[in-house]
Amino acid sequence: MSATVMRAPAAQPLDRHRLLVLGLVWVILLLCPFWIPFIGGYTSLGTRILVLGLAAMSLNFLIGFTGIVSFGHAAYFGLGVYGCGLILRYVTASTPLGLVAGMLLGGLAGTIIGALITKRRGIYFAMVTIAFQQIFYFIAYKWNGLTGGFDGLRGFTRANINLGFANLDIIKNDYVFYYFVLFVFAIVAGVMGLILRSPFGRTLLAIRENERRARFLGINVERHIWLAFTISAIFIAIAGGLYALLNNFADPSSLYTDLSGELVIMCVLGGIRVFWGPLLGAAVYVVLQDWISSHTVNWMFFVGLIFVIVVMFFPRGLLGILRRRSEA
Amino acid sequence: MDTNHEQHTKARVRAMSDTPMLEVRNATKAFGSLIAVRDVSLTVQRGELRAIIGPNGAGKTTFFNLISGFFPPTRGTIVFDGQDVTNLAVPERVKKGMARTFQITEVFPELTVHENVRIAVEVAAGYALRPRLSSSERAGVDHAIDDLLERTRIADKAGRLVGELAHGDQRIAEIAMALALKPRLLLLDEPTAGMGEQETFEIAGLIRRLHREENYSIVLVEHDMRLVFHLADRITVLAEGALLADGTPSDIAANPDVQAAYLGHAA
Repeated sequence: MSATVMRAPAAQPLDRHRLLVLGLVWVILLLCPFWIPFIGGYTSLGTRILVLGLAAMSLNFLIGFTGIVSFGHAAYFGLGVYGCGLILRYVTASTPLGLVAGMLLGGLAGTIIGALITKRRGIYFAMVTIAFQQIFYFIAYKWNGLTGGFDGLRGFTRANINLGFANLDIIKNDYVFYYFVLFVFAIVAGVMGLILRSPFGRTLLAIRENERRARFLGINVERHIWLAFTISAIFIAIAGGLYALLNNFADPSSLYTDLSGELVIMCVLGGIRVFWGPLLGAAVYVVLQDWISSHTVNWMFFVGLIFVIVVMFFPRGLLGILRRRSEA
Repeated sequence: MDTNHEQHTKARVRAMSDTPMLEVRNATKAFGSLIAVRDVSLTVQRGELRAIIGPNGAGKTTFFNLISGFFPPTRGTIVFDGQDVTNLAVPERVKKGMARTFQITEVFPELTVHENVRIAVEVAAGYALRPRLSSSERAGVDHAIDDLLERTRIADKAGRLVGELAHGDQRIAEIAMALALKPRLLLLDEPTAGMGEQETFEIAGLIRRLHREENYSIVLVEHDMRLVFHLADRITVLAEGALLADGTPSDIAANPDVQAAYLGHAA
C-alpha cells in the first residue's frame, strides 16, 4: 500500500514540469516567424532550424534514447532528400507524395542496413554506419543521369497543397511553408514522444542504460536496436524530404559525412538526454552558421570553438539542466 | 486466463514430480589452455537454497555463468527443470524461468527504482514490443510493480534514481527486477559483495524471506561464510575448478578437505 501512497505525490511535480516544457516549446515554435527577425533571422531560417532539428532529434532517438551512435545518418536523411526530389522531378508534382517517397526510400535503406549491423557496438557500429553512408553518397555522386551527380538534382519545386477548401501556397509564401513544415514536425515529434513513453520505448532506455541487464531481463537486444535504427531512419528521411522541399534542390552533400557529423554536434550541443535538446542544438548551430558566415568564410572555426566551450562547461549539453533527478 | 490456469496446473504437476530444479552434469569450461571449471556436477532440488563457495580462483563465477547461460560449457550438460538448456541463449533461459543478479550490480542507473522494476515487469509480461497498453494491462503492470516493491521493502525509495542509491539498495532493486521475471530459479552472484554490515544483514534477510516464505529455489555464490552457513540448505565447495565437497552446512564445516583448502589458501 505504501508504494501507491508514495507514488501519487511524487509523480506529479515531474508531470507538471514536463507540461511546462512542452507548452513553452510549442509557443516558441508557433511564434517563430514573429520573433526570429529580432535575432537577425528570417522565416526560412526558422524552417531550416525545424528541418535540421527534426533530423537531429531523429538521430538522437538512437544516440540519446537507445544509447548507440550512428555517424552515418546523413545516408537516410539524404535518401529522403533524393526520394522526395526524384518524385517531384520525374513523376508528379505532389508534395505529400514526395515526402512519402522520401520516407519510404530512407526507411527501407535503414531497415536493410540496420539488420546487417545490430551486432556491432560502439566505435565499430559508428564506422559501419559511415561506410554504408559513403556507398549511398557515391551512388548519388556517380549516377549522373538520374541524380544530377555532383551538381545535384535541380528542376523541381515543391507543389502547393490543395486541401479542397483551401489552397496552401507553400511555394511563394514562406510563412505558410513554415507552418506546413511545423505541422509535419509536430506529427513526427509526437509519434517519437509516444514511442519513447511506450513499453517498447522503455526497452530502448533499458538497452541504453545497461545492455547486459536488458539481455538478462529477456529483451532481444539486437531486434530492438534494429527496430530503433529503422524508426530513426524513417524519421530522419521525413526530415530529408522536407529539406528537399525547403531548397527545391537535392544536393549530394546532404548524403555526406560532414552532415552526419553536424547532426551529432547538434545533438551533443543541445543535450542528448533531453527530448528537445537536439532541436535547440540545431537552432544554435543554424543561427550561428548563418550569422558568422555572413562575416567570414571561416565560420566553421567559430562554431567549433563554441562547441568546445559548450562541451567543457555544459557536458550534458545546453539543456542538460533539465536532466532528471530523483523524485522523492 | 485459460492458458494462465493451465500453466499453473502444469507447474503444480511438475512441482509434485521428483524432477530436480537444476542438474549440472560433468560441466567443463576451458578458456584456451586454462580449464576454469573441470567436470563439476550438481543437483539442486525444488525449493532448495544452494550456496557455491570456494577460495578465490576456484571457478565459482565461471560455473555460475555456465548455469545462467552467459557462455556455453566446453563439455557437459545443464538440465533445468527436466529440460536440456545447455545450448540455450540467455533470453530463452529467462523465459524458461531462470533469473540472475550480478556480482557488480547491473541496473538502469539513470532511471528510478519504479521504472527499473516497470521495465522488468513489462518485459516479463511479453509487452516488450508493444507501442501501448490497454488500461487493464497497465493496471496489472502497476499492481505487479507495487507488489514487488513491497516484497523487497524498497517502496519508500520508488521515486529515486537507482544510480543515486546506496549499494545495498541498488542490489535490492536488482533482485526486485529478477523477481519480476517470475523465476523458478533465482541465481545470485555474490549478493553481498562489497557491502557493509547493515546492508549485508538486510540482503540476507531478503534472501531468507524469499527462500523460506516464498519457496524460491536459489543458487548463490558467496564469500561471506557466516551468511552461507546461516542460509544454505546445501553447500557446494569448488577448488581449482573441481568439485571438492557437496553437503549440508554441518557436513561441510566438518569436512577436512574443505578446511585444508581454505587453510591452505590462507597460508
